[in-house]
Parts: sequence; structure tokens; C-alpha cells
Amino acid sequence: MGRYVIRRLLQMIPVFFGATLLIFLMVNVMGDPIQGLCGQRQCDPATAARLRQEFGLDKPVWQQYLTYMGNVFTGDFGTAFNGQPVTELMADAFPVTLRLTLVAIFFEIVIGITLGVLTGLRRGRPVDTSVLLLTLVVISVPTFVTGLLLQFLLGVEWGIIKPAVSPAATLDELIVPGLVLASVSLAYVTRLTRTAIAENARADYVRTARAKGLPRRRIVTRHLLRNSLIPVVTFIGADIGALMGGAIVTERIFNIHGVGYQLYQGIVRQNTQTVVGFVTILVLIFLIANLLVDLLYAVLDPRIRYA
Amino acid sequence: MPEPLPDFEAGQAIAPTGAGGGTDLALTEAETLEGRPAPGPLGSGPGEKPRSLWSDAWRDLRRNPVFVVSGLIILFLVVISIWPSLIASGNPLQCDLAKAQEGSQPGHPFGFNGQGCDVYTRTVYGARASVTVGVCATLGVALLGSFLGGLAGFFGGTGDAVLSRVTDIFFGIPVLLGGLVLLSVVTSTTVWPVIGFMVLLGWPQISRIARGSVITVKQNDYVHAARALGASNTRMLLRHIAPNAVAPVIVVATIALGTYISLEATLSYLGVGLKPPTVSWGIDISAASPYIRNAPHMLLWPAGALAITVLAFIMLGDAVRDALDPKLR
Repeated sequence: MGRYVIRRLLQMIPVFFGATLLIFLMVNVMGDPIQGLCGQRQCDPATAARLRQEFGLDKPVWQQYLTYMGNVFTGDFGTAFNGQPVTELMADAFPVTLRLTLVAIFFEIVIGITLGVLTGLRRGRPVDTSVLLLTLVVISVPTFVTGLLLQFLLGVEWGIIKPAVSPAATLDELIVPGLVLASVSLAYVTRLTRTAIAENARADYVRTARAKGLPRRRIVTRHLLRNSLIPVVTFIGADIGALMGGAIVTERIFNIHGVGYQLYQGIVRQNTQTVVGFVTILVLIFLIANLLVDLLYAVLDPRIRYA
Repeated sequence: MPEPLPDFEAGQAIAPTGAGGGTDLALTEAETLEGRPAPGPLGSGPGEKPRSLWSDAWRDLRRNPVFVVSGLIILFLVVISIWPSLIASGNPLQCDLAKAQEGSQPGHPFGFNGQGCDVYTRTVYGARASVTVGVCATLGVALLGSFLGGLAGFFGGTGDAVLSRVTDIFFGIPVLLGGLVLLSVVTSTTVWPVIGFMVLLGWPQISRIARGSVITVKQNDYVHAARALGASNTRMLLRHIAPNAVAPVIVVATIALGTYISLEATLSYLGVGLKPPTVSWGIDISAASPYIRNAPHMLLWPAGALAITVLAFIMLGDAVRDALDPKLR
């Protein structure tokens, strides 16, 4: 196990540097950040040259990347062009997005797995068919349409929620945005759980448990669920990173000042430091989440042994 | 109802094993038939003729109502994206500001949008952008991904290891983020930058599937036999491996087509996807979203068209998977 963890950690290193380098290059293609600083007007050439030197933008890209990474490892993510340290922006934005992601994951687990178990045990019945159809519809309607419609119906028409989230972004305000963010994954979790439950319900150990006379409830929770949840856990774990990166749309619709909002602002204003910094952290979260899922796999399924 | 949609999403590649194993028999039989004039008359009798995976799948598909319905919707979409004037006589770019945000009226069943353009005409013309992006991006992703993944799976070694790490890197980049960053500089109003971006970020998904599938197939006896008979690598890949390894790629690509259409609309909604004067559902939904309170029809029609299109492609992919995955038979 220990050797496996070390090997995985070593494998993460090239992936981490590759992904950040790729983003760094993309951002460099994005356009001249100094021009972005000057806004619509043409920059004064002398000022531009001085700023370029100050931010190190006159050096070749690979050198900029190395300098940047060197700074990141000392905890310095640079300064946004408005003079605010990027770490300060992160400290404001990440807790908000983390809360949003947690709400989304909560819905995925509670609603997704419940629906999956219900339909998996009643394969072919009307409940099953209608839930499946519903998941297909949820997967097909793009998140931004779901978000806009829910905001319109719940926030504007019926006035159940506030259409926009306050900067504090408390948990109760994030319920509907979290549901929107979770919607597509929730449908996948439902289908995944349903397939796994339906498959395992025919397994020998379930028949044995039934033959022993165990109550149905115990068979489902102790025997069936534990074995069926392995692929679901993998999916949810890998989804953490995807949700945090995909929160841009949800955060934009509900005006949540999280990671997506800051990134969007950074991109629109060609604020390279913000963009690269946030993406670096997102990539890191994604990689660590995947590693944890792989380790959790071994805990859930004793048949898997890592050399 | 087709159900095992999420399988590949969880990274357990749908059925490289199943499809590979299932085709074994079919191919050996096809191979023995090879060279004979017409296999039809030689077959012993109706029902006893060996069927290949493909004709089996096609027979299943024709009987599947999900496939028929989604196929008809897609056929309709393709036709109106080639000849939109068949069902919409107006010009999507001809607008009358005096009629902005007006609702349904005779001759204009869906009403007018914020610029006073006819929503019906724009919704019909919007199909072209979505279908073009979806089809071209899927073709690009499938070709590039299966080429790279197939070669890596077949030859293994250093190239394979490098490719695996490269796909890891691409998986580490959130798609929407990459889209915002890369496409925010694009000023072109054509669909090609969006397609190029999707191919750039989409190929690793197919490449992984193709690699796994090729690795499974190349261990089959008929591949060893071909090698023993002195077949070249190219011949083994094209004649023996590719036809047997392609099923999972087709399934994933069909479902991906729907998600690419959805992604195009999302990017257009964020303002970095397609740009006017291209007519796109994403652009229209984005433009209508601030006025949803006063004129919801401006948003609901293009959104509905988008949802139906994505739904049709995902259902098609689901049906194709059911037909091509012998494990479910």
C-alpha cells in the first residue's frame, strides 16, 4: 500500500506540471495582459515596457513559467493586476465554491443513491421507467438552461428563494444552486447505482443472505449496498474536481462570488496571474481527489490489493 | 429502457472486453467466408446463416423504438440544418426592432426576440450550428483519439506510456475553463475554432477507450494467427484489430456527440463559443436570459430545441450501446 501511494504521488508530478504548463501556455496565447490593463485605450509604449519588465513579461515563456512555479512553491501566487495578492482572492473564493460543491455532493449522495436503490430493486416497474426517463431528460438539458429555469421559477415567479446569492453565500442560499450544479452528475449517480444494485441483486451472496432469513432491510443496507457502491464512490470522487471547475456556469447564473466568478473575471480582464493560480489549485484538487478515490477503492473492496 | 449509460462515465470503459470477445466468433466466420462468391446462396437456410456483430446490432436497432424515435428526430435535424428554408421561409437576420419581445402572432408562432427577430426562424436556423459542431467535433475526436489510442495500445512501450501521461494531463484541465481561456481570444465568427477546441480537449477520452479496446483485442487468437502467418502490422491493425475494437469507440462517440452540442451552447452562453451573425441556440438563450421575466418565450423555444437535440443524440448512443454490447443480450 505504501509503495503504491508513493508511486501514485510520483506519477502525479509530471501530470501536475504538464497541466499547469498547458494552462500557462493557453493563457499566454490569450492576449497581451498589459493591453488588458490599459482597457480600451492604446497603452503608452514607455509605460507598457516598464510594466512588462516589472511583471517579468519581457522574458521567454518557459522562463516565466519556471519563475512562477518557483514562487508558487513558496506560497506566492503573484499579484492580480489590481494589486490584490491572488492568495487573498483565493481565500475569499475557495470557501464559497467548496460549500457549493459540498451541497452538490450531498445531493448526489442522498438523492442519487436513494433513487438508484429504489429503481434498481424495482427494475422494469413504472417507478423505474419514469425515473430513468427523468434522468435522461436531466442529462440532456444543459446545466445553464436548468439553472436559468429554476432561478426564474423558484426565484422570480414563486419567490421561494432569492434569485441571486449574497456575497456571504450561506448554506441555505446555496441549496438551489447546489442542486443545479449537481443535476447532471445526480442523474449519472442514479443510473450507476441502479445498474450496480440490479446486477448485484442476482448475486449468490444475496441469495445466501435471503436464505439465512435475514430481514430485507439488512440485506439491502449491509450486503447489497456495500458492494454496489464501489463504482458510485469512484464516480463521486472524480466528480469533485469536475464540479469545482464546472461551477463557472452555476456561479454566473446565481451571481455567486466563488472560484468560477473570479476565474471568469480573470479571463475577461486578461488577468493571467489570477487565472493560472486558480487553475493550478483546481488541477491539484482534481489530482488529489482521484488519488483518494483509488485508495478508498482498496478499503471498500478487499479483493483489490495494491502491490 | 436502455440503462447502463453511466458505465463509461465512471471510467470503467464500456465493453472493450465484451465487444472484443463477442466479435471473435463473428469474425472468424466472416474470414472463412472470405473469397467465396456470394455468401447468401451458400448459406444453409434462413436463420442459420451466421450473423456478424454488425448485422446483429442493426437488427436489434431497427426493433428498438428508442432508436427509431431518436433516429427520426436526428434525420429531421440534419435535413433542416442543410435546408432550413424547407420549413422556415423568413430570414433569421432580418429583424424589426419595433416588434422586440412581442409574443406569438399569426405567421410568427414563437414570437419575436429582443432584437425583433422571428424566434421560429432563428430556432430552425440554429440547428445548423449545433449539428455542424456536434458532428464535426465528434468525427475529429473519434479519428484522432482512435488513431493515437489504437497505435499506443497496439505497440505499447514508451509511446504508450507517454500517451497515457499526456491524456492524464488533458483530463486534469477542466473543460469549461480551457474553453474560456482558449476561445476568449478568438474573433472568428465561424464554427471552426469551437470545433478545434473540442477536438483538442476531447480526444483523450476516445483515446483511452480505443487503447483499452485494442489491448483486449490484440490478445485474441486470430491476431496471433495472423502474426504467425506473417501479416504486417498495418494489415493486422486494419483487417483484424480495428473492426473488432471499434464498437466501444462508436458508442462513446455517439453519446459524446450530444454532450458536445450541449458544450457548444454552454460556451456560447458564456460568450466565448459561437459569435453572431452565426445563428446558435446558445447565443439566443444567452441573449434572452436577462429578459426571462418579461418574455420567457424568447428563451424557452431555443432551449427546448437544444434539449430535444441533445436528448435525441444521447438516446441514440444509448440504443447503439445496447445493440453493440453483447453482455446485455
